[in-house]
Amino acid sequence: MSAVAMHMSDGLLDTKTSLLFAGVAVVGLAVAAARARNDLDDRTAPLAGLVAAFVFATQMLNFPVLPGVSGHLLGGALAAMLVGPWVGALCVSIVLVVQALVFADGGLTALGANITNMALIGTAAGFLVATLLKRFAKNRAGLAVTAFVAAFTNTVIASFGFVLEFAIGGDPAFSLGTVTATLVGVHCLIGVGEGVITALTLVAVAAVRPDLVYLLRGSHKALDVREETLA
Amino acid sequence: MSAGHAHPLHRPGTSPVHRLAPQVKIVAAGFGVLCVVATPRERFWAFGLYLAVLGCVWTIARIPPGWLARRVVIEAPFVLLALVFPFVAGGPTTTVLGVALSEHGLLSGWNILAKGTLGVLVSLTLSATTAPGELIVGLQRLRVPTMVVTIATLMLRYLDVIAAEARRMRIARICRGHDPRFLWQVGATARGIGTLFIRSYERGERVHLAMVSRGWAGAMPDQGHSAGRSAWLTGLAPTALAVVVLGVSL
Repeated sequence: MSAVAMHMSDGLLDTKTSLLFAGVAVVGLAVAAARARNDLDDRTAPLAGLVAAFVFATQMLNFPVLPGVSGHLLGGALAAMLVGPWVGALCVSIVLVVQALVFADGGLTALGANITNMALIGTAAGFLVATLLKRFAKNRAGLAVTAFVAAFTNTVIASFGFVLEFAIGGDPAFSLGTVTATLVGVHCLIGVGEGVITALTLVAVAAVRPDLVYLLRGSHKALDVREETLA
Repeated sequence: MSAGHAHPLHRPGTSPVHRLAPQVKIVAAGFGVLCVVATPRERFWAFGLYLAVLGCVWTIARIPPGWLARRVVIEAPFVLLALVFPFVAGGPTTTVLGVALSEHGLLSGWNILAKGTLGVLVSLTLSATTAPGELIVGLQRLRVPTMVVTIATLMLRYLDVIAAEARRMRIARICRGHDPRFLWQVGATARGIGTLFIRSYERGERVHLAMVSRGWAGAMPDQGHSAGRSAWLTGLAPTALAVVVLGVSL
């Protein structure tokens, strides 16, 4: 079942469910766009673009999970920690839309469900975990652990989104238990890879440019200006 | 947008399909796939008719079938999933060549295979006849919020920046004695991913300043005009045919 590592294609969900989740995605993105206005200015717009491009590029980086199954990053947690949850959700959705329109990856009618899972549910879960663990992220190791746990949760929770959609509008020929066990199992493995890469990226960015990390906003020390007395 | 950068799925041309306004094509493709997905899976002939409609579009756009066939492999994982279905699904079974196959599984497999393939073919047709920059313009004309258009434009611009930066880092590693074999490269790339991000951001900042100093204000200038009634009618003609097929099949 290698499909679980990719985006959903057309025909996996029935029409009603596809339209339902397209509606969920549109409402969610409208809220995210309204809230993102406060986070996005002339200086952060290029960062949002770069995060989107980076998520896009890392989604191409497939790593083997099980024989025959390869996983790729979802990027929601990374985006949320770098540019905040609202802009992050927008970035991941844009990646999914462009992949569906330009690269034919993921079905056009499944776009709503894909956005709901990876951009809305995943990003929200990743950011909530990261915010909860924020006080442990005082040093390098703490930040790495925070990023790892947030990214792992993001991936596993996003796979539960698919289980929910499959339960509503998937093929009744399959027992939901088998589908859930397979999907969640594979996504736990993908989550480990996602966690490692997210932690590596976030720690490197925080070491050089902590001003670029949304999660660390307000927590870094003010510039210490020492007056030198001249004799 | 990153003008002059070739794109593997785009096939430049001057056919009527290429010249059609991008917003019309996006709407036509979206509704077309919706028709395919809504078709009951037992109506085998309907899927043949959808393919015939697409075939006409390819003839007009002068896209050779072989070119499309090589790119449909994007879908390969789903084909595997569809092949697994007849063996794992429950319910009444039929015997094919001495192997008991689930009837539900066969139909589900067919369902995903037919709808998924048609979906990929529609997306491929869209991206073959429309450059990435044009697609962004199309989204802009469909009244997608400016902020989303800004992020999408910058994303497409920065993809080239990241690819170029990754290439520079790879050459730098080779210069220092790294021996890139196919799989080990992935490990080195993954370890250097944080550095790649910072290098790309700093180069991207300069790209952004250069864009701003040349008058960029969040969206690419749109010299085109809104599509007229005739463009919408021509563009939506294949979708209208799909709607008719869907209506008959229901």
